[in-house]
Amino acid sequence: MAADPQPGVLRMADIRMTFGTVEVLKGVSVNLRRAEILGLLGQNGSGKSTLIKVLAGFNSPDPGSKVTLWGETLPLPLDPRRIRAMGVAFVHQHLALIPSLSVADNMLVGDDRPRRTGIRWRRECAWMRELFDEFGLEIEPTALVETLSPVERAYTAILRAVAELRRSEAGRAGEGILVLDEPTPFLSAEDVEKLFALLRRIRRTGASVIIVTHDIDEVLEITDRVAIMRDGQMDAVLTTAETTRQDILNTIVGSVIAPFRRAPAAPRHEVAARIEGVSGGRLAQFDAELRRGEVVGVTGLIGSGFAEIPYLLFGAMAGRGRLTLEDAQDVAHDVVTLTPAAAIGAGIGLIPGDRAHQSCVGGLSVEENATFLGLRRLRGRFGLRRNRMAEAAQSLIAEYDVRPARAQVPLATLSGGNQQKVVMGKWLAEDPRLLLLDEPTQGVDYGARQQIFAALDRAAGQGTAILCASTDYEQLAQICDRVFVFHRGRSVACLSGPALTRENIARACFHDGAAIPAHPQREAAS
Amino acid sequence: MSIAETTRPRRLPAFVAKREVERFALLLAWLVLFLTFGALLPDTFLTWRTVSSMLGSQAVLVVLALAILVPLTSGDFDLSAASTLVFAAMFLAVSDVTWGWGIGWSVAAALTIGALIGAVNAFFVLYFRIHSLIVTLGLGTFLNGMTLWISDSRTIAGVSMQLVELVVIKRLLGVPLAFYYGLAVAIVMWWALEYTIAGRKLLFVGRGREVARLNGVSVNRVRGASFVLSGLLAALAGVLYAGMTGSADPTSGLSLLLPAFAAAFLGATAIYPGRFNPIGTLVGVYFLITGITGLTMLGADAFVQSLFYGGALIVAVSLSQLVRRRQPQNFG
Repeated sequence: MAADPQPGVLRMADIRMTFGTVEVLKGVSVNLRRAEILGLLGQNGSGKSTLIKVLAGFNSPDPGSKVTLWGETLPLPLDPRRIRAMGVAFVHQHLALIPSLSVADNMLVGDDRPRRTGIRWRRECAWMRELFDEFGLEIEPTALVETLSPVERAYTAILRAVAELRRSEAGRAGEGILVLDEPTPFLSAEDVEKLFALLRRIRRTGASVIIVTHDIDEVLEITDRVAIMRDGQMDAVLTTAETTRQDILNTIVGSVIAPFRRAPAAPRHEVAARIEGVSGGRLAQFDAELRRGEVVGVTGLIGSGFAEIPYLLFGAMAGRGRLTLEDAQDVAHDVVTLTPAAAIGAGIGLIPGDRAHQSCVGGLSVEENATFLGLRRLRGRFGLRRNRMAEAAQSLIAEYDVRPARAQVPLATLSGGNQQKVVMGKWLAEDPRLLLLDEPTQGVDYGARQQIFAALDRAAGQGTAILCASTDYEQLAQICDRVFVFHRGRSVACLSGPALTRENIARACFHDGAAIPAHPQREAAS
Repeated sequence: MSIAETTRPRRLPAFVAKREVERFALLLAWLVLFLTFGALLPDTFLTWRTVSSMLGSQAVLVVLALAILVPLTSGDFDLSAASTLVFAAMFLAVSDVTWGWGIGWSVAAALTIGALIGAVNAFFVLYFRIHSLIVTLGLGTFLNGMTLWISDSRTIAGVSMQLVELVVIKRLLGVPLAFYYGLAVAIVMWWALEYTIAGRKLLFVGRGREVARLNGVSVNRVRGASFVLSGLLAALAGVLYAGMTGSADPTSGLSLLLPAFAAAFLGATAIYPGRFNPIGTLVGVYFLITGITGLTMLGADAFVQSLFYGGALIVAVSLSQLVRRRQPQNFG
């Protein structure tokens, strides 16, 4: 691929990008041709989004990187306004639409062409109808976005980008580059099909499309070429028509071996928690039995429903189903009526994924955050005993090696890994029977990650059942005894024992039939 | 991440020192203000009469500021507090003077009504999920109308002397008892916020509703209780207000709303910076009244009061923002 026979509209060459000491992009080169759809594929953390952010002008790459657009080499970092004006439009995963405003309002956000007589709504709506019409869509510009179906919202966001392309310098000649960042996870299979029809029409107008995705089937269906990234490098650029699903899969997964595996714990037979028919959000159905001391992972592609499980079992979001904690009382909890307070009372803990908004308050001190759950144990005759709160915080800091070791600084001044250690220590001090985790090591550096794994391992050793939702396959392979893989709201595979490897989880997530054991449930129960 | 950690220990002492300065800056400013006026007006300002009258006269504002502090801590605004104060004072006066209920029943009824008003605020804010600014503004205006209605728009005088005696006439160490009521409320609230689980919950609900919820706190119950407590304390301020003069007039108490917020926000820059706190609020109230009393004695006109309340609030909060390098404010 050194010499591309066809001249590209966009050429990104030797893009390097480092965050602190971590090299995220290690010299990535990619070339986009006129009127093609290029798929950009890779696992989480492979550098896809970083590359897109370089193109959007949000990230500033290292010297030596080069971006050439329409034959013009641009100064780095790219100027977001300039790049848009030159004819590159972006549609982000969450679409950036305001639900309570009309389609027309949303279409005009970012359209700052001078209008001497103000906005003439009838005329604006007329061209919007024309545009929707051109692509065979029936969307009424005056309708509120919140009344649209998910796929219509996606259309609106995409056609807004198309309209932006047409306003740009390149767009006047019918060209332009449309960048879609994972547009499909929240769409049904049928809607994905419709979306692709729209993309093909856009390609026919002469524009090029870059689509970032996880889904190999989608890539095979829609793209002309596919660029696969792994560990910050461009692993391969394949022509879709000449490749197979298996080739792509092998390239994505690579052959990296996890460096460390947890010693298999002595199997326990007592069931800690029984989960029956739990559903809610994007999760359609989940049944499982968790044994004491067992670490169970749930994973899948984004939007496949696994991420809801910890919150559903904690009573933190609306859902249905039953959760039975097996002990002397054998209490069954109905997920419909379960509240976080009741869950905590029953011995369930939840460590959410979004630290800043869900698990701790950055503006309060480490001590205040660390002791919040255990305040009842720190009461004396005259209310809370300050010295015991300080002691409790200090002992947590010592036990989990929190740095800096100061209980009075605001929690937000700690690094992500250290904040997570505080949160982890807070919950483990409650000695939960069932601990639910959502992305426990997001934004956590390598060293802290190992410490967190060790802490989880100790808790499991004491009999806590742990359920961990994550998209980090390596981490799941490292800490879990069993991993359920979800697709469109249901568990499609359950990996355990020697089959539980990073590679197999990845294969199962990209729904590769070969990796799925014949009888996942039966095997898990044995 | 490792880079940030290695530099932190060196920066930390400076951070601590700065925080200590910030904690006591308002107290220091108050002292400076007091000494300045004392030096300028040794005969009038620096007398026990002036000091004790400053201490006694501000009890109503102290209690009102503490009332709005409760919902502020849990992340809500109570703009109806001053109207609750006036309505409670008026109800007390009317029921005691016109209906002849007797002072004990009147006080009890006024306090109950305050708690009820808080419950109504809570119902609309929590059940209909309306922003507290809107609900309390509406209910406050409604209460102003109720006040004018039950009083026929007149000042009702002649409230039982028993109450007046217990509020201003009796003195301890030369200061009217009213001051000690305000002080007691402040101390109890400080203890409750710092040394009880309920206080911790209130703080977490204000700083991170989702965090509090996922830590097992019943967020709605906490917010509801904070509105009820706010109404109750505002009514208590109303009782003191009626006791100060032995009468109730339908409008003058309404002007206390801004000073109360000024004191609460000013207080949030002191003692526990960045956090609404009762002791800081107490300091805030007396800082403001010291400035106003001093300036008035120097011959300034009545308008100086508004200039000082408004100006001090903005200057003080801006200064504290400079100290924290203009991070976005996160009081609620």
